[in-house]
Amino acid sequence: MSILVDRHTRLLVQGITGREGSFHTEQMVEYGTNVVSGVTPGGSGKAVAGVPVFDTVAAAVAATQPNVSIIYVPARFAPDAIYEAIDGGIPFVVCITEGIPVADMVPVYAYVRSNGARLLGPNCPGLITPGQAKIGIMPGFIHEPGPIGLVSRSGTLTYEVVDALTRAGLGQTTAVGIGGDPVIGTAFVDVLALFEADPATEAIVMIGEIGGSDEEDAARFIQEHVSKPVVGFIAGRTAPPGKRMGHAGAIISGGTGTAAEKVAALEAVGARVADRPSAVPDLVKAALA
Amino acid sequence: MNVHEYQAAELLARHGIPVNTGGVATTPEEAVAVAAEHAGAGAVAVKAQVHTGGRGKAGGIKLARTPDEVRAAAAAILGLDIRGHLVQRVLVVPAVDIDREFYLGVVLDRPRRRNVLMASAEGGVDIEEVARERPEQIIRALADPLLGLHPYQAREVGFALGLPAARVGGFASIALKLYAAYVAEDATLAEINPLILTGDGDWLALDSKMSFDDNALFRHPDTEALRDMAEENATEIEARAHGISFVKLDGDIGCIVNGAGLAMATMDAVKLHGGEPANFLDVGGGASADQVATAFELVTADPNVRAILINIFGGITRGDVVAEGITDALGTVSVTVPIVVRLSGTNAEEGRLLLAAAGLIAVDTMDEAAAQVVRGAR
Repeated sequence: MSILVDRHTRLLVQGITGREGSFHTEQMVEYGTNVVSGVTPGGSGKAVAGVPVFDTVAAAVAATQPNVSIIYVPARFAPDAIYEAIDGGIPFVVCITEGIPVADMVPVYAYVRSNGARLLGPNCPGLITPGQAKIGIMPGFIHEPGPIGLVSRSGTLTYEVVDALTRAGLGQTTAVGIGGDPVIGTAFVDVLALFEADPATEAIVMIGEIGGSDEEDAARFIQEHVSKPVVGFIAGRTAPPGKRMGHAGAIISGGTGTAAEKVAALEAVGARVADRPSAVPDLVKAALA
Repeated sequence: MNVHEYQAAELLARHGIPVNTGGVATTPEEAVAVAAEHAGAGAVAVKAQVHTGGRGKAGGIKLARTPDEVRAAAAAILGLDIRGHLVQRVLVVPAVDIDREFYLGVVLDRPRRRNVLMASAEGGVDIEEVARERPEQIIRALADPLLGLHPYQAREVGFALGLPAARVGGFASIALKLYAAYVAEDATLAEINPLILTGDGDWLALDSKMSFDDNALFRHPDTEALRDMAEENATEIEARAHGISFVKLDGDIGCIVNGAGLAMATMDAVKLHGGEPANFLDVGGGASADQVATAFELVTADPNVRAILINIFGGITRGDVVAEGITDALGTVSVTVPIVVRLSGTNAEEGRLLLAAAGLIAVDTMDEAAAQVVRGAR
C-alpha cells in the first residue's frame, strides 16, 4: 500500500519539452512511472522519452486519461498551468516550480479546493512510492519499499533522511515533499491523515523547518487523530530571526516560527524529535519496538 | 525585500491613504530646511530611517521644537547604530496632535492561505507583544482569496474597534486602500502603526511599513528601484545575482550546501558539534562548478571564516561530477582555510577519491563532516 500515487497512476507532465521537464520525464520513465502524456503549447506531435506531447491539457486528457499531473513550467506560467490541469479535471496536481509569487498562489489554492482537487507544492520535490511511481525530481535509487511514511517541507534534506532510513533497513510506503513556500496546496496535516489511514504505513517521519505554524498544526492533529508513532526533525535551530533561509516560507517573523517552538509542540504530543538527520532511523526503530 | 518608512509612506499616499507628509534629510542642515518647509515654525519629529524596529527605544526618534533642536536631533540620530543598522537618513515630519492611536495591517494568514486585515485599538506599540499577551485586542478580517476584502468587513472591524459611527467610514476607507495597496504592490506586509485620529477628528498614518515578495519583484521594477543597497549585506546582493541564497551569520565556519533545508540542517550540525556557522548558503540543486566557484568567493569574502564545510547530497547529480566541480572551482578561486567536503549520492566514492587527491578532507556523513570542520577551524 501507499498514499496518493502507485503503479496505477497515469501521469501527465506539463512543460514536458523544457530542460527540467524533459530531463525529469526521462528519469521518471526510467524509474517505471506510468507517464502517459505531456503538454507543451505548440509541442503536439513530438515525444519525450517515448511519451506523446499534446498542445493542451484538454487534448492530453481526451487521448490518455491521466489522473495526476506534474508541473515543470517556469514561475510566471505555473499558476496558469495549475488552472489548466484543474479545469482539465485532473484531481491531483504536483507543482515542482519554485519562485511563484504568493499573491498568485492564494487564488490558485482557493480554486483547487473549490474544485475538490488536491495540489502538492509548489516549490517541492514531488512524491515517490518506492518501486511503483516516482513523481518528482528526487533520486529514485535511495528509496526502498517499506513501512515508513515520510513527509517533508524540504528537498535535499528529505533525500538525506530517506537515505539514512534506507541504509538502516527502513523502507518507505510513500515519501512526500510538501514544499517550502508560504502558501502550499498540501500541508503536514493532510499527509498525516493519509498515512494514518494507510494500513501499510507503520510509522511516520515528519521533516519540518522554521517559519509558519504548519508543524504546530501537525502537532495538534497528531494529538487528536494519529495513533501511529511520529518521528520529527526540524531544520533551522541556528537560523536568525527575520531572515529568509532559502525557502520563501522559511523565516522566523515576529518571534514565531522558531525551531524550538516546533520541537516543543511535537514533543508535547509524544512525537520523538531528532537533533540531527542521522538520528532519525534509531528513533523510528525505538518507536516501532 | 524591505523599504524605509518614508518610502512606504510615499507608496501608501499614492494609494490614497492620508500620511503625515515630510521630507528626508541626510545632514542636520538639510533636516532644518525640511522642517521649515513642512512644519513652518511648528514642532517636528525627527525619525531614523533604518530597516529595523525598536527605533524609539534606541534614541532614533526625537521631537524638536526649534531649528536648533532639529539640528541637534538630526546630528544625534544620523550615524547612530540601531541594531547593527547605520542611520544615514532621517525623516522629518510635522508633530501631530494625537487623540487616539490604532494599529492597522495586512499580512498573509499562512494556515488559512488568505490575506488578513488586522487592527487593534492598542496602536503605536509593539503589535507582536499585543498578539502574544492580549490576543483578544486584535481584530481580524479574512479577505476572500478571489474577491478580496469587502467594504462591510472593513466597517465591521471599525465597529469592533469601538469607533464612533461617524469615524467608521473614514477608517474603512483607509483599511480598504491599505488592502488594495498590499495586493497591487505584491506586498508581504503593509502596516500603519500608529494610524491616528487627530484632535480635529482626521485620520492620519503616522508610521508606515511595507515588505515585498521577492518572487514578485519581476513585475514591480519601480519597487525594486527602492532597494537600499546600504541596508543589505554586499555578499547577499552578490549571491542573489548568481541565483545563490546566502545569509550572513556571525560564526567562523563557512557553509556551502545544495538545498535550503539541508543548508539549515548543516548549520545546525556545525552548532551541535561546538562550532558556529558563518553563513547560510544554498548553491541550488545541481551544484555546478560555476556555482561552487561563486560560492567559494562569497564565503571567503568573510574574513571571519576559518574553515569551510561543503555538504552536497548528490542525488541525481553524480558525485564525481560534483567533485570535479569543486576541484575546478578551486583552480579559479584561491582558498587558504581548511575545506571539509561531505559528498553523498551516485558515484560518491569516486568523488571523494578525486577530492582527497586534490588535498581536501572528504568524508561520507554530515556528522563526521561537521566534527572535522569544527576541528579544522580551531
